[in-house]
Amino acid sequence: MSLNHDIQTNRLLDETINDNFVDMAPPMSEKQVLVASERCLFCYDAPCITACPTGIDIPLFIRKINTGNAHGAAKEILSANILGGSCARVCPTETLCEEVCVRNTSEGAPVDISGLQRYAVDHIDTQMPYPFTRKAETGKHVAVVGAGPAGLACAHRLACEGHQVTIYEAAAKPGGLNEYGIAQYKLVDDYTQKEIEFVLQIGGIEIKYQTALGKDVTLTQLRNDHDAVFIGIGMSDVNNMGIPGEDLPGVIDAVDYISDLRQADKMSDLPVGRRVIVIGAGMTAIDIAVQSKKLGAEQVSIVYRRDISAMGASGHERELALQNGVNFELNAQPHEIIGDDNGITSMQFKRTKNDDNGKLVATDEVLSIECDVVFKAIGQKYDGSPLGDDAPDLCKRRRIAVDDNFQSSLAGVYAGGDCIDGKDLVVEAVDHGNKAAAAIHLKLSLHTTKG
Amino acid sequence: MADLSCEFLGIKSINPFWLASAPPTDKAYNVVRAFEAGWGGVVWKTLGEDPAPINVSSRYGVHYGQNRQVMGFNNIELITDRPLQVNLDEITQVKKDWPDRVIIVSLMVPCEEESWKNILPLVEATGADGIELNFGCPHGMPERGMGAAVGQVPDYIEMVTRWCKQYYSKPVIVKLTPNITDVRMPAQAALRGGADAVSLINTINSITSVNLDTMSPEPSVDGKGTHGGYCGSAVKPIALSMVSEIARDPITAKLPISGIGGVSNWRDAAEFISLGATNVQVCTAAMLYGFKIVTEMCDGLSDWMDKQGHKSINDFAGAAIPNTTDWKHLNMNYNRIAVIDQDNCIECGRCFAACEDTSHQAIKITEVADGTRKFSVIDEECVGCNLCQVTCPEPEAIAMVDVPTDKPHLSWLHHPSNPYRETP
Ligand SMILES: Cc1cc2nc3c(=O)[nH]c(=O)nc-3n(C[C@H](O)[C@H](O)[C@H](O)COP(=O)(O)OP(=O)(O)OC[C@H]3O[C@@H](n4cnc5c(N)ncnc54)[C@H](O)[C@@H]3O)c2cc1C
Ligand SMILES: Cc1cc2nc3c(=O)[nH]c(=O)nc-3n(C[C@H](O)[C@H](O)[C@H](O)COP(=O)(O)O)c2cc1C
Ligand code: SF4
Repeated sequence: MSLNHDIQTNRLLDETINDNFVDMAPPMSEKQVLVASERCLFCYDAPCITACPTGIDIPLFIRKINTGNAHGAAKEILSANILGGSCARVCPTETLCEEVCVRNTSEGAPVDISGLQRYAVDHIDTQMPYPFTRKAETGKHVAVVGAGPAGLACAHRLACEGHQVTIYEAAAKPGGLNEYGIAQYKLVDDYTQKEIEFVLQIGGIEIKYQTALGKDVTLTQLRNDHDAVFIGIGMSDVNNMGIPGEDLPGVIDAVDYISDLRQADKMSDLPVGRRVIVIGAGMTAIDIAVQSKKLGAEQVSIVYRRDISAMGASGHERELALQNGVNFELNAQPHEIIGDDNGITSMQFKRTKNDDNGKLVATDEVLSIECDVVFKAIGQKYDGSPLGDDAPDLCKRRRIAVDDNFQSSLAGVYAGGDCIDGKDLVVEAVDHGNKAAAAIHLKLSLHTTKG
Repeated sequence: MADLSCEFLGIKSINPFWLASAPPTDKAYNVVRAFEAGWGGVVWKTLGEDPAPINVSSRYGVHYGQNRQVMGFNNIELITDRPLQVNLDEITQVKKDWPDRVIIVSLMVPCEEESWKNILPLVEATGADGIELNFGCPHGMPERGMGAAVGQVPDYIEMVTRWCKQYYSKPVIVKLTPNITDVRMPAQAALRGGADAVSLINTINSITSVNLDTMSPEPSVDGKGTHGGYCGSAVKPIALSMVSEIARDPITAKLPISGIGGVSNWRDAAEFISLGATNVQVCTAAMLYGFKIVTEMCDGLSDWMDKQGHKSINDFAGAAIPNTTDWKHLNMNYNRIAVIDQDNCIECGRCFAACEDTSHQAIKITEVADGTRKFSVIDEECVGCNLCQVTCPEPEAIAMVDVPTDKPHLSWLHHPSNPYRETP
């Protein structure tokens, strides 16, 4: 690697990096659990339940914790959201359940719902029987494409109903972005794989790894061989900035890099730039910026073309970035990346402002920031190519269009998670998977009764 | 999943959770909502003779813990303030619509045979599963010669119960007031009168607080207050003790009990049942949290039963009675001491204050070099009273630990220091 372009491994000692990547929100102590659960008011028609995409009965599970029944609380959570354990760790609760907690109103702080949820799921009693039972085999067989949160949730519900499920997964491991994308410090200790082991204990689910739709199987085959198909392939493409220099070495897709990070045996082996620019304003931007800092990057700047209030990342996440020493450079629009075949040296931006109509416009003022690495975190894109020629219709956002039952324009083909329109959160993917499973089950049972 | 269904006096219930006779069971609207929420049964709000009494405004007074947590509250309401026929009609309809749920009709009429003779056939006609005699209301009604006034005189209890058994064919439950000295007396009287069961406790005479600006007890009605009936989790210990007294009394040991008083979650229910109740009734918890609370109660009880390997309520009913005994039978050779877990101690010093000032000076403070304080137990001084553990704000900081002994069981009955000791 060229000296000009300061990208190195081992910026920090292994121990230091490991320390940096410890659990961001460590488990609560028994006393914290007591105090936190006591704060829940068991509200009538509680707003937190409505705010949770999977509709977990939060007051009820908290009361169960408070009465010494953590196992029951875990069952309550998992029956609404089989990935309740990872959701407790990765959900931006400050924009979901905790945002609407009525305790905010006069006390300025919500009940620590995520902490309590994690406590409950972590304390499920493994001596007790598996909390879900599989109904008698229906003889129906459903194909699920993608073992991400959407696919797993869908598969689990279908398996509970007695259907046989085969998951076709392109990667070598299950979990989707829970395994390859979520920030390392949110899901420590290989949690995703442990959680999936628990999910699969229901039985009736087979996963075919390294079996990609569009490559190893076609949608037509799946439709012919199964009673229904659920597509949960997420978004495998990324948006481009469309500026000169975008293809130079040193310009990296943030999600790809995080995937390497998540799978690294030794994080100190990862190449880390000294000066890092992150383009984007969402969760991925924050994650790559914070993780770069934790890996030893000296300067990390998130550059965004609008002002702070327009950022997709929540205040809580921005705070996390600031605490980790990340700079924010606002109102600056990517213009050009400067470098050569050996790497990059700086990136140029045009300052933006809102014109009289409130529309964002670029000004002539140029901002130049020196850098060794530019991470693109400007959003992912759905790639429909694996679905082949008779692919379902797309919606306005160029993802698979579905109806209220999560069925696409192709009969018997359902979809959910990031590959359909939505908030692009794990918890929402689970909700889609749940609802699609319910619709599939209903349809398959109707068919059965018709004979 | 454990089976929560149970039978009380031959009446089948889908679970042991009934709503006690009180506002939650005052009318069809509430009762239907309660059944929808999953309650196994209700004891309908107490009916009386027409004209129905009139209630005052400002009815409940509260005793708060820290953070406005309701420890208990009291009320100065009377029995139902709706006409008898309206209640009877609603009971008939709801029972018809909800055949798998229990409806017990609570009754309170004057202490005259005619009154009971008149009302009982009307109640019988509703199809309800049984009656509960409200001898417990501690306010208002006693002044009319009903409720606690009857409940405090065992002979009256026996007499009225006998009338009820005479004029009513289904189970008769006698609800006992706790406002007496020895609850075994009214329970025995109920048994003599032919009662099929007793239920307890009704509310406890109380004044929850005094408004120091107006010098009126709460709840204040136009500047004046009166004692009301106290209920909620604060009364649970009293209720548990009374239930156990009746369960342990050889005379009433076989008399079924419906446990009432401060049941707020599955654990409270399990405790009542372990001490001799066959089912439980709930009022305050429902009034504070709504009917949905029954979901936690049912799930929690069933989860606990699963964990314990109990298949049905009967598996643990009364299980704690053999361990409930008189003081004189307790083992004087048993010893436990406090052990402070330094890792969980937050150094507040409350255990020290409690033990040093009011107990046995068995906790010592050591100033540590780094300026922190270390609290530890002087084993030889500790009598195992539990006070430090009681005051400790941390659930995991102070443990009471058995001190092994090779001495045999020795009770006061046989203790050498007892001048009246029995020789074995
Ligand atoms: C960097 C980053 C950080 C994030 N952080 C958070 C967070 O903190 N909290 C949060 O709630 N959400 C977060 N998200 C969003 C969240 O990860 C997604 O919304 C969620 O994972 C979507 O689930 P899914 O099942 O739809 O898709 P994915 O998780 O993407 O899973 C799709 C699966 O399909 C497989 N697949 C793809 N194509 C094929 C094919 N052709 N054939 C077979 N299999 C295929 C993939 O290998 C993968 O296993 C983050 C996203 C990113 C990118
Ligand atoms: C407002 C109120 C009204 C009550 N009215 C009656 C009644 O009419 N008849 C009766 O038998 N008990 C009545 N009770 C007593 C309850 O049925 C119950 O015995 C008592 O509240 C203890 O149970 P708890 O701690 O679960 O509330 C009343 C209680 C309250 C709080
Ligand atoms: S609960 Fe409040 S609103 Fe309802 S009757 Fe009582 S005082 Fe009035």
